Amino acid sequence: MSDEILLEAKKVGMEFGGLKAVDAFDLQLRRGELVGLIGPNGAGKTTCFNCLTGVYKPTSGEVIIRGVNTRGLKTHEVSRLGMTRTFQNIRLFKELSVLDNVIIAGLQHARQSVLDDVLRHPRHYVEEARTRERALELLRIFNLEGKADLPSSSLPYGEQRRLEIVRALATEPRVILLDEPAAGMNDKETEDLMHLIAQIRRDFRLTVLLIEHDMRLVMGICERIIVLDHGCIIAQGTPAQIKCDPAVIAAYLGVDEKTTEAT
Amino acid sequence: MEASQQEFLQHLLNGVTLGSIYALIALGYTMVYGILQLINFAHSEVYMMGAFAAYYTGRSLNLDQSPGVLSFIILLVAAIVACSVLGLTIERLAYRPLRKAPKLNILITAIGVSLLLQYSAQIIFGAEPKLFPEVLADRTLFTVAEVEVRTLDITIFLVGTLAMGGLHFLIHHTRLGMAMRAVSVNGPVASLMGINVDRIIMWTFVVGSSLAAVGSVLVGLKYPKIDPLMGMLIGIKAFVAAVLGGIGSLPGAMLGGIFLGLSEEMVVAYLSSTYRDALAFGILIVVLLFRPAGLMGTPVREKV
Repeated sequence: MSDEILLEAKKVGMEFGGLKAVDAFDLQLRRGELVGLIGPNGAGKTTCFNCLTGVYKPTSGEVIIRGVNTRGLKTHEVSRLGMTRTFQNIRLFKELSVLDNVIIAGLQHARQSVLDDVLRHPRHYVEEARTRERALELLRIFNLEGKADLPSSSLPYGEQRRLEIVRALATEPRVILLDEPAAGMNDKETEDLMHLIAQIRRDFRLTVLLIEHDMRLVMGICERIIVLDHGCIIAQGTPAQIKCDPAVIAAYLGVDEKTTEAT
Repeated sequence: MEASQQEFLQHLLNGVTLGSIYALIALGYTMVYGILQLINFAHSEVYMMGAFAAYYTGRSLNLDQSPGVLSFIILLVAAIVACSVLGLTIERLAYRPLRKAPKLNILITAIGVSLLLQYSAQIIFGAEPKLFPEVLADRTLFTVAEVEVRTLDITIFLVGTLAMGGLHFLIHHTRLGMAMRAVSVNGPVASLMGINVDRIIMWTFVVGSSLAAVGSVLVGLKYPKIDPLMGMLIGIKAFVAAVLGGIGSLPGAMLGGIFLGLSEEMVVAYLSSTYRDALAFGILIVVLLFRPAGLMGTPVREKV
């Protein structure tokens, strides 16, 4: 079953007032894969993510998650199919504690009704303990356990990024989309993050789609890379193939070479 | 004790009583604002409808013949059910279709719904005031420092405090409340975390409307004349209380309500009752000029 397709995009297109941000985007993500989505700024990578996760309704094409066509589904219903994401610019529930951020993401799996909860049915206490323990366990894996009760906005930047991943994992996803998880991190942090992504992928049996600017990260851990430019896929293949692809070099690496060397 | 001191304490008590009613209604404004960034102008009409639901329930069950706590609770339940259903209906039919529309459109819709309800109520119930069933006799319960503490004052204060305590419990100690806070911080992200935002919004309307319902029964008991336009002035004042406390902030709404109630009572007592309503609007103008985020609110930084 390892070639089971968990996430599939068929000719997905997204237009904003006549401007094609994404055009005929095709993707097949098989179980356990780690795929990178790269491209110059404004290539439409984040728009792709928004289409896949149901934040945008694609103007054309279809997104199929674990065999279910997401057309007409609401964002939370798409999330409940087992796909989640993190954000390029961190979007934690700032006013809430670190622990609450994680618990909220697990609410969809709560086995108690609103009445159980409000009237303090015994089920509530069982459920409370279970979700709390699970959230703490996730925080422990990411070395954030000691900060569980702090407001999430008080964490340093790198930890906020990690917390976003924890929160995403708390939804118990099968597929996770990471939008520039290493943005703003230094070399050491990026290095740690690479190991972390590899580790959670193994431990949680995740399928990962990753948007990243940091070429070292993408080339280092992705098995397959898709290159987007002006909303269209211009190349895909293994990191080695992508490195030598003339179209990619012209569109992306060539233009971006200086910055890549500098980091 | 001097007469003036005793008078002051009496006004203090009245002010807090009035203030807890403002606070109850202000909470409905602030909750909906926190989740949808919408001033739900129809909220004052939900409150009015609560009073009428309680009135008709009381009349059909002849509750003024059997006054007591049970009758009072029956009125509360009737008002809560009616207001919740009305609040849900307004959300479903008027606001939800406009969820993605510009804020101004929804605001105008809210005013429209408010007018629709006011005038429908005049057609259905008649414009002349009705006498709210007297289910709790207003006796002097005890006298502290020569201040008369009456049944209704205590009831309003206790029920109001209980309702607000219940709300605090709901928001901070239940999953539903946690989801509400998440949606109010960032709805789109909450939905990506699997939270059904529509359902949370519905609950917000149920809870906010229920608080207005409680307020309407308390007001009905204290000032027994009810009419279809009774929501207008108290609604605007509760709105001022919410803005004063910082719209979107629950403790702010409570604080703003009590503050407004106290100030009104003091103005009436020591200046003139003519200035009673002017005060609320005066406060609104001053808050908007000098501290638009309110007492407990956090200033929003506009991105440029």
